[in-house]
Amino acid sequence: MSDTKGTSRNPTMTNTAITIENLGKRYILGHQRAKDDGLRHAIEDAMRAPLAWLRSRRQKKLQEVDFWALKDVSLQIKRGEVVGIIGRNGAGKSTLLKILSRITVPTEGRIRIDGRVASLLEVGTGFHQELTGRENIFLNGAILGMTRAEIIRKFDEIVEFSEIEEFLDTPVKRYSSGMYVRLAFAVAAHLEPEILIVDEVLAVGDAAFQKKCLGKMGSFAHSGKTVLFVSHNMEAIRSLCQRVVWLKDGRLHKDGTVDEILETYFNSVSTELSFSCVNPDYGLVVQKVVLKNDRGEESSQFRPGEDLIVEINYEAQKRLEQPYVILGVQSVNGSCFTANMLLDGHRPEALTGTGKLACRFKSLPLFPQSYSVKMSIRTKNGNDMIIKYQEVAYFNVVGDLAEYGYHGEFLTRASQSTPVVVPYEWCLPDGTIAPVSLADPRDSTVDTREVASLT
Amino acid sequence: MTQLLIEAGLTERQYWRDLWRYRELFYFLAWRDLLVRYKQTFVGVGWSIIRPLLTMAVLTVVFGKLGKMPSGGVPYPLLVLCGMLPWQFFSTAMAESGNSLVQNSNLISKVYFPRLVITVSTVITSFVDFLISGIFLIVVMIWYRQAPPVAVLFLPFFVLLVFGASFGVGVWIAALMVKYRDFRFIVPFMVQFGLYISPVGFQSSVVPVKFRLLYSLNPMVGIIDGFRWCLLGAKSNVYWPGLEIALIDVIVLVASGIWYFRKTEQTFADVI
Repeated sequence: MSDTKGTSRNPTMTNTAITIENLGKRYILGHQRAKDDGLRHAIEDAMRAPLAWLRSRRQKKLQEVDFWALKDVSLQIKRGEVVGIIGRNGAGKSTLLKILSRITVPTEGRIRIDGRVASLLEVGTGFHQELTGRENIFLNGAILGMTRAEIIRKFDEIVEFSEIEEFLDTPVKRYSSGMYVRLAFAVAAHLEPEILIVDEVLAVGDAAFQKKCLGKMGSFAHSGKTVLFVSHNMEAIRSLCQRVVWLKDGRLHKDGTVDEILETYFNSVSTELSFSCVNPDYGLVVQKVVLKNDRGEESSQFRPGEDLIVEINYEAQKRLEQPYVILGVQSVNGSCFTANMLLDGHRPEALTGTGKLACRFKSLPLFPQSYSVKMSIRTKNGNDMIIKYQEVAYFNVVGDLAEYGYHGEFLTRASQSTPVVVPYEWCLPDGTIAPVSLADPRDSTVDTREVASLT
Repeated sequence: MTQLLIEAGLTERQYWRDLWRYRELFYFLAWRDLLVRYKQTFVGVGWSIIRPLLTMAVLTVVFGKLGKMPSGGVPYPLLVLCGMLPWQFFSTAMAESGNSLVQNSNLISKVYFPRLVITVSTVITSFVDFLISGIFLIVVMIWYRQAPPVAVLFLPFFVLLVFGASFGVGVWIAALMVKYRDFRFIVPFMVQFGLYISPVGFQSSVVPVKFRLLYSLNPMVGIIDGFRWCLLGAKSNVYWPGLEIALIDVIVLVASGIWYFRKTEQTFADVI
């Protein structure tokens, strides 16, 4: 207690914006909890045998399975620093942001924050589908902690930033997803906090708007404010942040400058995959599966139209005759394509010792989305699995579809679209021929009318 | 420069300050609920008149005409309406605020503000309906040429009382609902049942004297009696111990409701 008094006496003297000491958050897992939660069980148990119930409650404490989403995290963030937080799913990033935003309380440890905090864990929190854009600006602003006077003062700016003037009095349920996101971010962008906490909000919206958001956050950072930024988009992290904090299994794994952390992070992501690609029966070990780009560099980010090379590094402790290798690429929106030796028949004569086997997927016809690569290896007869079909690598396709000639009003929906685009062309009634392709950005900058006149 | 401490268990001091800081949110959330409620309805706000009107008609027929309950010299529809006004406020507030946290779970898991704001603003929404129905009551009183007695000056006290009761019960159920969704089934039952065990369609004086004290444990008994006393005058005989019990009930409900809500609030985001 005396400590808290001491710090509040001279808050302006300190140069740190956020101090985190030994932070821990425990969740209780296990089937105990499901039983504990039903009212019927709570009452029934208590009624049936009060003593046994009391005893079992005491015992349950011992049986509970603890899961520490965060443990022993200590951090100091200085005023004006822009810090990126990275880590795999489940590393504790979201939990950390939730505690910092006061949505949930820590189990142990403490945090001191100097300055007004605004946190964006989601774009458009509290938007109501039935209300108009205008009404939602007020509602969302109030939920994010703005006063009515503040919202009125910034109203015009917000509308201008969101570019939805003519739809202000339309219910947001009629908005395209792009308009929705633009309006939501516009409100949040005008919060004027001293400390901004952002979670992956830029994962939505079209490329042009993402750029605008990054720009806004950049200018925010340049004006000397503190920013905490969680993202899987390493390009965004690299362009915004000076410092990166890497969380792993709920603990602080590494903390340093962008360049040094991101390099080790990329290396670890490709080698760290926990797939069981070992089959002792056949003496085959797949050591790693590496993704490379056109230039032969390891990468997890590709542009539409780039080549994707999947390189399988193996060690055959026994000679493996004529195995079949099957690769597949898929996104959450569906399977994309496969390279299947069972079908094409091009299999290696034999695998011996250590070596590499690669497959080059040419000119990726994929929308900007997240993808996984699956692999399996079968025996000579094609029936027995040596390595079962499973995810072995992940990559993102990133890029501005506008550069490929895409200009639809609902372009943002590309992130939920069927991912594969075979080059095609529209033949419109007026004779216009409009070719569309993700092969090469330069191709589609050709004016469609010109093409039509040539044909 | 604002400073904020986040620590396990340490929130009490900041909580009440935050509640004040987010005071405008009470208004905004209530405003949202009111705006949304009658969107895409044909009759619109008319529903807050039609509902009491129809219920009044049914209760008058069932209790007044078929049941031949005594009216104490007051037009029976008016007797029913004076009971229905606080009852409907109480029951909708209970149902709506009970659901409020679960319905706003997206807010709870994504943004911070004192959660009490959500529940209180739904009570405020129901209160607005109560005021609209109040206008309807005035019209009906004029229709029957029934002037209110001097006791009408005490009406604000009973309005406060029913507000407290609605808030207290609403906060309890809202917090319980987060963990025990069973209340989703219990609440409609309470509302349905409560209409008949509270003296809405009849006078509480029809209850035998020896059960009167027990009957008054339901806070709505004292509150409805109070409303009738204020609006219809001495003709409706008041049972004073019932009023005292109602007052104690409300104080206990509000205090314990806030206590339980505060106790469980920190885990809402983890449980919901």
